[in-house]
Amino acid sequence: MSFDAWLPAAIVLSSMIPGMLIFLLREESYRLRTVLNMTGALAKLGLVIWMIGGVYDGQRYETRWTLVPGLDLVLSADALSVLFVALSTLLWLVTTIYAIGYLEHSPNRSRFFGFFSICVSATVGIALSGNLLTFVIFYEILTLATYPLVAHRGTPDAAHGAKVYLAYTMGGGALLLVGAIWLQALVGPVEFTQGGILGVSPEEIRGELILIFFVLLAGLGVKAALVPLHGWLPQAMVAPAPVSALLHAVAVVKAGAFGIVRVVYDVYGVEFAYANGLLLALGILASVTIIYGSLMALTQDSLKKRLAYSTVSQVSYIALGASIFGPIATIGGMVHLVHQGLMKITLFFCAGNYAETLGVHKVSEMDGVGRRMPWTSLAFTVGALGMIGVPPVAGFVSKWYLGLGAADAGSNWVLAVLVVSSLLNAAYFLPILHRAWFRPAPKQWPQEHRHTGRLEIAGALLWPPVITAVLALSAGLFAAAPFTPLEWATLIAEREYGR
Amino acid sequence: MIDALPLAVTLPLLGACAVTVSPAHARGLGLLAAVLTAASGVGVTAAVWSDGVLRVDLGGWGAPLGIALEADGLSAAFLVMANVVALAVSVYAGGYFKSESARHFWPLWLLLWSALNGLFLATDLFNLYVTLELLGLSAAALGALTGTREAVAANLRYLLVGLLGSMSYLLGVALVYAAYGVLDIGLVAEAIEPGPIAWTAMTLMIGGLILKAALFPMHFWLPPAHANAPAPVSAALSALVVKAAFYLALRLWLDVFAPVLNEAAANLLGILGAAAVVWGSWRALRADRLKLLAAYSTVAQMGYLFIAFPLLAATPPGLARDNLLAAVVLLALTHGFAKASFFLAAGMVQKTAGHDRIDELGGAAQALPAATFAIGLAGVALIGLPPSGTFLAKWMMLEQAMILGLWWWLFVMMVGTLLAAAYVFRVLSRAFNREPTPYRFVNDARTELPALLLGLIATFGLGIAAQPLWALLEQGAFG
Repeated sequence: MSFDAWLPAAIVLSSMIPGMLIFLLREESYRLRTVLNMTGALAKLGLVIWMIGGVYDGQRYETRWTLVPGLDLVLSADALSVLFVALSTLLWLVTTIYAIGYLEHSPNRSRFFGFFSICVSATVGIALSGNLLTFVIFYEILTLATYPLVAHRGTPDAAHGAKVYLAYTMGGGALLLVGAIWLQALVGPVEFTQGGILGVSPEEIRGELILIFFVLLAGLGVKAALVPLHGWLPQAMVAPAPVSALLHAVAVVKAGAFGIVRVVYDVYGVEFAYANGLLLALGILASVTIIYGSLMALTQDSLKKRLAYSTVSQVSYIALGASIFGPIATIGGMVHLVHQGLMKITLFFCAGNYAETLGVHKVSEMDGVGRRMPWTSLAFTVGALGMIGVPPVAGFVSKWYLGLGAADAGSNWVLAVLVVSSLLNAAYFLPILHRAWFRPAPKQWPQEHRHTGRLEIAGALLWPPVITAVLALSAGLFAAAPFTPLEWATLIAEREYGR
Repeated sequence: MIDALPLAVTLPLLGACAVTVSPAHARGLGLLAAVLTAASGVGVTAAVWSDGVLRVDLGGWGAPLGIALEADGLSAAFLVMANVVALAVSVYAGGYFKSESARHFWPLWLLLWSALNGLFLATDLFNLYVTLELLGLSAAALGALTGTREAVAANLRYLLVGLLGSMSYLLGVALVYAAYGVLDIGLVAEAIEPGPIAWTAMTLMIGGLILKAALFPMHFWLPPAHANAPAPVSAALSALVVKAAFYLALRLWLDVFAPVLNEAAANLLGILGAAAVVWGSWRALRADRLKLLAAYSTVAQMGYLFIAFPLLAATPPGLARDNLLAAVVLLALTHGFAKASFFLAAGMVQKTAGHDRIDELGGAAQALPAATFAIGLAGVALIGLPPSGTFLAKWMMLEQAMILGLWWWLFVMMVGTLLAAAYVFRVLSRAFNREPTPYRFVNDARTELPALLLGLIATFGLGIAAQPLWALLEQGAFG
């Protein structure tokens, strides 16, 4: 087989293989583990850059492997999968650096980094899935790989959080499996196809197809943290900071949201979904989640929990974009997949830095952190402003396109949802910024570890949030430049709507 | 290559004699016999794969008089699984048993192996009875090897139940012989016709076999027997011995009683299977000991296999039915590898921690990463998650059930899957506790690697590269 046919598989394996090798390492082989981690991350980045160029030129990459007769494992690259692959690869590289810095002196690192790598392989597998079976396979592997990361600390809290996480995701996985098998029994192998495959389905199975849509949505909604299936997410906050960052920005919630996008566009087809009222149902669900998540975020004093509820809210913008009929809103939803990732990972890195350096875990303890840790706080500010939707940070671009799209489709109530949620975003982020920059620092921090170097904190912990903050800023500032998330989302929308 | 067929049965028998004669070298001789036997078993499968169905008439006497051995795709598939698992169990046992118990283990174990291979390869109903009886006797004796009171009591019961089962089977065989005057499977299949005799014979024979396969509600003997046996024996009992009874039931169902089958019988087996899935999984979840959990999980997993019967009965012959049959075989094989891996790893945990009470297992995981991974991999296959062979098998079975409109099997299997997830993760959650211990992935290669390899075969092997199974079953097993 040619290189093109192996490229998608190579991208998945580039982190899977180092992950498996890391398991075998002794705890103290720090150097070798780091080499394996970084080799995998950089190799994956190189392969993905290669793929981006190819897909842009209309090149088709597909790895097809017959598991058993009638069931194929298909990894293929279209514009949508590349968007998600590029996001996860880039953020994985950054998070790996952060995690190496963060966990340098804690136990069980071989186990941690092994599962960490497999987790990213599963995410990339989800992104590249060419059919529903493959999607289900990687979706479940993701559950299996993230469980040990959530449970990693081994405290009773961690055990409880992991248990809740597992109960939710296993239940969701079972629903997804039921939906997938049912759909496949009705219409045969479900390959993801631009424009969907059910547009031509016979009239008499329509009712069943609609039912299956909701089964699939419930299965995917668990990971995407749609209300009322979001209960695991705040609990999973017990995980170490790099895991939270990865879970929220890249892997788990994004996998759910991405799955919803796939099912709407490439299985049901946006026309079919629109004509049968599925989009409206999804839109309402997403809107409820957006408002509810923001309201809950308001009431949290724990910084990580506030960020967690913010994720519940923000990820549903992606589903909201998918639920509005029209290419402009689609662009808004797709581009938010990337923008939310960049901003949220920045926020979580910063939260980790505050906890690590000052022992600050709560919003009420954050008075004056701006002066004490200016670079971290600057990155945090960029992320928070972006979440609110202040230009020129990336979040503004997402909200702009969502709003334009809603107006274009005549869904004025969506505009109202956007306005209300932006106000709520401001209400729970601005007080933090005010505390950080304008209030005096306390005499003593809860638990301070003074870093001896030139920087406010070790470089491996400082550079990742600074880099992602710069990326979030430039994704907004230079949104119209070539190869930005916005331009790529436009490409996807054009292809989905067949222009 | 043809000669591998009798060798698969006689080599372990010779080995059993050798270790009995020279108990001082039991381990060396036993391992030698194990390697040779496994090689011949794999050889038979390879020959079937490339050349088609193999048949040998021993001593040149054909049916109906002589003893014949035959390997088609179905028997070859079970044969290769059984021999790979048995080899892994042997290597593990070489490191597990102290010299005293090793002396008792090896002769019985090789006898069991010989009976097992004989069962997969025999072609006449009476010879099948002989292998079945031998298998039951050696299994019960091995199970009592620890000598504790619980083990002896449980395995005495196992012995009696086994005898009852084979007695019932034998009665059926006698009926068949009295009515048709032949015992060779092929000849019986030609002669048999619907009627009270055939139905009674079928009921007796299949009834005896489901007792041995521990189908709900005849499973009562299994959990104590399997949970109290030494770890390598538990692995063999759960992965292979009950599977052999299932194999024989499937074989009779497909090849002998095909003309007299009715849907009611198939549905009854399916319903019992469904009850086994739910009850077995529930009891596994409530079990307080690791090996008891694994034993109840076997009850549940056997249930999945019997759900295949109503699906097979409802599917008309053709591609869909062939795929369904292959899926069922894939499920049985994956479970064989996974359950053996689980028990072997559980044995290591028990040895290291000094007990196997699940709630007190914290810390054992960090000391035994390889064994914990084996439990994890086997657990993935037991739940039926990707990338395991069971995931694919269940997907195919359920897709076919949905095509047939039999949605309730989907429901049962999903309940079983969720319960399995709960009991597997109940164990795995013990792997995370605060005390860090020096991390070495493999501590005792001899016992940990067999468990790990079997787990890898069950998940990655059969979950990604199960395609050859179809080519194998092409040889005489597909209708």
